[in-house]
Amino acid sequence: MLLTLEPRLQQSRRHLLLSPLLAALLTLLCGALLFAALGHDPLATFHTLLIEPVQDFYGVSELLIKAIPILLCALGLAVAYQARIWNIGAEGQLLIGALAGSALAINLLDWDSVLALPAVILTGVLAGALWAALAAWLRTHFNANEILTTIMLNYIALNLLLYFVHGPLKDPEGFSFPQSAMFADASRLPTLFDDVRLHAGFYLVLLAAVAVWVLLSRSFLGFQVRVLGLDSRAAGLMGFREKRLVWLALLISGGLAGLAGVSEVTGPIGQLVPQVSPGYGYAAITVAFLGRLNPLGIIVAGLLMALLYLGGENAQMTLNLPQSLTELFQGMMLFFLLACDLLILYRVRLGSWFRPATRKHTEHAPA
Amino acid sequence: MDLDLISNILYAMVRCGTPLLLVALGELVCEKTGVLNLGQEGMMLFGAVIGFIVAFSTGSLWLGVLLACLAGILLAALFALVALGCQANQVATGLALTIFGIGLSAFVGSAWVGKPLTGFEPLAIPLLSDIPLIGHMLFNQDVLVYLSFALFALITWALLKSRLGLILQAVGENPNAASAMGLPVMRVRTLAVLFGGAMAGMAGAYLSLAYTPMWAQNMSAGRGWIALALVVFASWRVLRVLLGAYLFGLASILHLVAQGIGISIPANLLAMLPYVATIVVLVLLSRDAVRTRLYAPVSLGQPWRGGH
Repeated sequence: MLLTLEPRLQQSRRHLLLSPLLAALLTLLCGALLFAALGHDPLATFHTLLIEPVQDFYGVSELLIKAIPILLCALGLAVAYQARIWNIGAEGQLLIGALAGSALAINLLDWDSVLALPAVILTGVLAGALWAALAAWLRTHFNANEILTTIMLNYIALNLLLYFVHGPLKDPEGFSFPQSAMFADASRLPTLFDDVRLHAGFYLVLLAAVAVWVLLSRSFLGFQVRVLGLDSRAAGLMGFREKRLVWLALLISGGLAGLAGVSEVTGPIGQLVPQVSPGYGYAAITVAFLGRLNPLGIIVAGLLMALLYLGGENAQMTLNLPQSLTELFQGMMLFFLLACDLLILYRVRLGSWFRPATRKHTEHAPA
Repeated sequence: MDLDLISNILYAMVRCGTPLLLVALGELVCEKTGVLNLGQEGMMLFGAVIGFIVAFSTGSLWLGVLLACLAGILLAALFALVALGCQANQVATGLALTIFGIGLSAFVGSAWVGKPLTGFEPLAIPLLSDIPLIGHMLFNQDVLVYLSFALFALITWALLKSRLGLILQAVGENPNAASAMGLPVMRVRTLAVLFGGAMAGMAGAYLSLAYTPMWAQNMSAGRGWIALALVVFASWRVLRVLLGAYLFGLASILHLVAQGIGISIPANLLAMLPYVATIVVLVLLSRDAVRTRLYAPVSLGQPWRGGH
């Protein structure tokens, strides 16, 4: 006798919140086993990984700095995923946003105006939206699957960035390092405090979170997006224009990812470098799902993800653990979330998995 | 362009197309039974890293290939458990598998990055490899390329001429009817997914043991995804998978061609070509929705619970 799953008639709200928590806990549990297997004390390792990095204000500021791009991407992805548009391209949209913003910023090195920063940021947002618009166009006009097109666009964006940073945008006085010149102060995001690096991108995140919440939960447009995601045929019958919604969802998520990119280069980095993003756009996928596509949930999940990035760096420095621990945890969390979600949709019954269909006929008497 | 250059380009095209061919064949078998596994990239990377570590530690390349296949099967089993056993959304499960595979391989392989290894060397077949133009391409490759030829022949025969092919197709086209006929739908699908995992693992091993004998994080560079597009490109027909894999192989070595005819284009721009080609191909094929629907296995991507 094996276990069998049978659908629950009602989804429970409690399970909806329980499953991400359970996924995070299971990931930590697996992490503890892993650390023990590698000969590290699990509790001490978790201390290094999750507590030590945020023990002082400087650490909290670093945490928020890491959270900013992740959250901007994940908030955008939430809009797309609510409409069941599988945009996997936040990474590419982020890179293009960073690239376009930087291209403008290094042409404004001598322009000491308050308009410089808004112009650079707007360029980044528009470029990210444009990159996502490619996928929207390919999907609405040619019916091309957006998962594959957005992933391909990620690789194209990365190569474009590398080309520009090794070529046209390279700093001529940079000793042939592949990086652009440092931006002028007028096109840098200001820092919020004197002694830590936290920058004004923090406000952009808050703004984006409120905007996405209003859009998804309080507007007719958001209602249309959610109906499209739940049942595209129903959306069609109600007269919602699917193509317009696909465009909207992708433009918003691309724009926010572009904002994430441009806030990285105008914020903590200050120039264009090949490693703008250590995979923030991919991490945002996990964050969006872990946060249940809800802005508040995403903020919590995004902070956790940022902590994993920060802790991963710390664990590498102090314990010599590989930094890819972050990515491993990220993958585990997404998988556990999926598995835990089955608890929402199904309940476990005793039975046989591979039971031939014919034997069941007698059990399903017509009602 | 002289003959030598063309012969070299054809040789590199096959080398470059081989990992794509291996993954795409596995995914084709999987999709024939109606299961869409988007986790190819993750399984491939895990295969690549395990293959490299085993070959490096034991000195046996073949043991590396074998365990790479097992590594692919292991991840595929995870997919089968969640997507088939529990009927979770196949798209979401596959995506999660890729993200998990990327993280897992990066973690496992972090101590092996950049270590040198002598991989599979080309093995010239006497006489045949001297045939002008195609001899170098077909008969001067490494053993894994020959293995990919053999697997292609075997899978083509199985899909087109054997009873097994009919079973796979029946399960993919109409699982209810197949089940009513007494075919074990779940078992067939599970085995197809595991087979896909083995092929992806082997493709990974090809990358880390033959193509560029080393391990680097994310070394598959989207080949798993390109292979998924390839199956669509091939309209789920096995001969076209071969053609597509080599065409994409050609797209990835165009820098050789460009050098040959004396054009210099920055490497990063040329590196975009396979990805651009994938999008172009998707656009050309998906434009006609009816055509895709005609060729795609009817139950592709849909969970099947059985017992209806």
